[in-house]
Amino acid sequence: MAILLDAQTPVIVQGITGREGSFHAEQMQLMGTRLVGGVTPGKGGGTHHGVPVFDTVAAAVRETGATASGIFVPGPYAADAIMEAAAAGVTLIACISEGIPIQDMIRVKAFLRDLPETRLIGANCPGLLTPGQAKIGIIPQRFSSPGSVGIVSRSGTLTYETMAALTAAGMGQSTIVGIGGDPVLGLSFSDVIALFERDQATTHLVVIGEIGGSDEERAAELLGRGSRLRTVAFISGRTAPEGKRMGHAGAIVSGNRGTARSKEEAFRAAGVAVAETTSEIVELLGAPVASHGGDEG
Amino acid sequence: MKLLEYQAKEVLASLGIPIPPGRVARTPEEAAGACAELGPVAVKAQVPVGGRGKAGGIKLASTPDDARSAAEQIIGMDIKGFRVPLVYCEGALDIAREIYLGFTVDRDARANILMLSARGGMDIEQVAEESPDAIARLYPDPWRGPLDFELNQLVFAAGLGEHARALVPLIKRLYRAIPEHDALTAEINPLVITGDGRVVAGDAKLETDENASFRQRALEERYSGVLEGDPYEVEAKKRGLTYVSLDGEVGIIGNGAGLCMGTLDMVQRAGGGAANFCDIGGGARAEVVENALTVILMNPRVRGVLINVFGGITRGDEVARGLVQARDNLGMSLPLVVRLSGTNEEEGRAILKENGIEPGASGWEAAQKIVGLTR
Repeated sequence: MAILLDAQTPVIVQGITGREGSFHAEQMQLMGTRLVGGVTPGKGGGTHHGVPVFDTVAAAVRETGATASGIFVPGPYAADAIMEAAAAGVTLIACISEGIPIQDMIRVKAFLRDLPETRLIGANCPGLLTPGQAKIGIIPQRFSSPGSVGIVSRSGTLTYETMAALTAAGMGQSTIVGIGGDPVLGLSFSDVIALFERDQATTHLVVIGEIGGSDEERAAELLGRGSRLRTVAFISGRTAPEGKRMGHAGAIVSGNRGTARSKEEAFRAAGVAVAETTSEIVELLGAPVASHGGDEG
Repeated sequence: MKLLEYQAKEVLASLGIPIPPGRVARTPEEAAGACAELGPVAVKAQVPVGGRGKAGGIKLASTPDDARSAAEQIIGMDIKGFRVPLVYCEGALDIAREIYLGFTVDRDARANILMLSARGGMDIEQVAEESPDAIARLYPDPWRGPLDFELNQLVFAAGLGEHARALVPLIKRLYRAIPEHDALTAEINPLVITGDGRVVAGDAKLETDENASFRQRALEERYSGVLEGDPYEVEAKKRGLTYVSLDGEVGIIGNGAGLCMGTLDMVQRAGGGAANFCDIGGGARAEVVENALTVILMNPRVRGVLINVFGGITRGDEVARGLVQARDNLGMSLPLVVRLSGTNEEEGRAILKENGIEPGASGWEAAQKIVGLTR
């Protein structure tokens, strides 16, 4: 039916009494997410939006059995919050917070190496959403509809726009995953694509990448080795100048590395259709595919 | 933040890495004085970009008069868009050998990578492409840093075993820039081995993480004011906007980095050029839009503005009212095209039309419209 998250997943919010955390915890509840608690150190024992608040993630997990967490704490504290969740046994962590120092994330990645069951999404991401079931993060559910298109993206609003266009065209989504705009991330495009590949409910895939790094190139290689998913890729930032960070900390062309051209060429070489504008994503996904890297589809 | 060469060298020196004798000179007179004190010097333009030598930004001076005239030529020069604010006058080294030492964030590995190579003084990316085996690599554990034996292995793998005793402690000191300064990239190229066997940093690059500025105030306060910077980017930063200057004629505002980059791309595809990147974030609040428009309209090259907003939680009618208010408050007369979609998009578009603002049905249509209006 979906990847990573469904209506049964017990979810907590770290930073639930903060402005962002509080607002989005309520949005998550409104769409049916099984929110079982929240964490704010010093506010344990109270309730917020009808769920218990705990001082630590360990206590929240012990009392509620939560397996997933959405993190909304300020950037300077977010790396510690991720590790706290992982150490408490949370296996799905979506870190929405932005402005986390890159060296903090490098230490987090090393910390998580000993916890192979834990999946981190983000940071600096909109989180994930399974239409009609649940979400962790800030993706607006009103543009989603249940269906068979998987979306994985480094962008926020570009993803919402794509969801809305797909929904308007009658193409629902299985799960939408925003992996984030930072240079050092949790799950990569390839990690998420591998999950969609195994999800029988997903038949189509949209990959929304941007300049910087080479995660898109690796994803293209993976798809090129054989995929049953009908895939369209879109890359933003083809006109971005070298050496400038375009909003996201990770969106930067360094020398001749990380260009939109290199990413687009990698997808084309793998037999994946590349959309030139966001409007084209829906057209290409619906159009008959001339060549495809798949061996099963 | 990308530090200038002299700043990077000051940081290296503070970590205990030897640097050549040098003086910062803000005037030709100071350059002459530096040469009188140090003897023959290289007079080097201080800009945060490569290719200074090719651009005429590095000159050798053997007398104070030479140094004075070199500084006269270099200070104020434009190198790749940066006005040279000052020069660094550096004494000569007795070079026996040039090697390469650096670290950076390996995004694929999600880790820091230390690199050492016997091939110094060349572009390391070129070395990596032509002979990847000429670079020895180490991924230090980010919690404890590199251990002595790991560095020893690195030095021997690079074929520099004869210098291990000098290099191992020096690499360890360079690594301290990561935990102590939140450095993302450091490069000592060349790292000079002198005739008498000392190891000295010939050139230096250092970039620190802006996300860590909350705990790294000292470097930023000390060094960030030296370069003039792009006036619009400076103003945007004061107003808390995410803004990058570009060289086209269409001002751009978008909400979300990806959406905003996609908008620049569409403007170019339609035959125009973006004057800037400006991401106003998810909410698209009226005062933020007004701030962004103010900065964009400061630029006399701008002939029109394209706003691309996808309203998620924010309602389109609210965004539209904010846009109209911002335009009216600023008395904006240039063409304005708005692509507004998402929540309450119909109501939003109706408000725009009533107020004489051209709505675009899709980003692509809006891009074509604004390019047509600014030709």
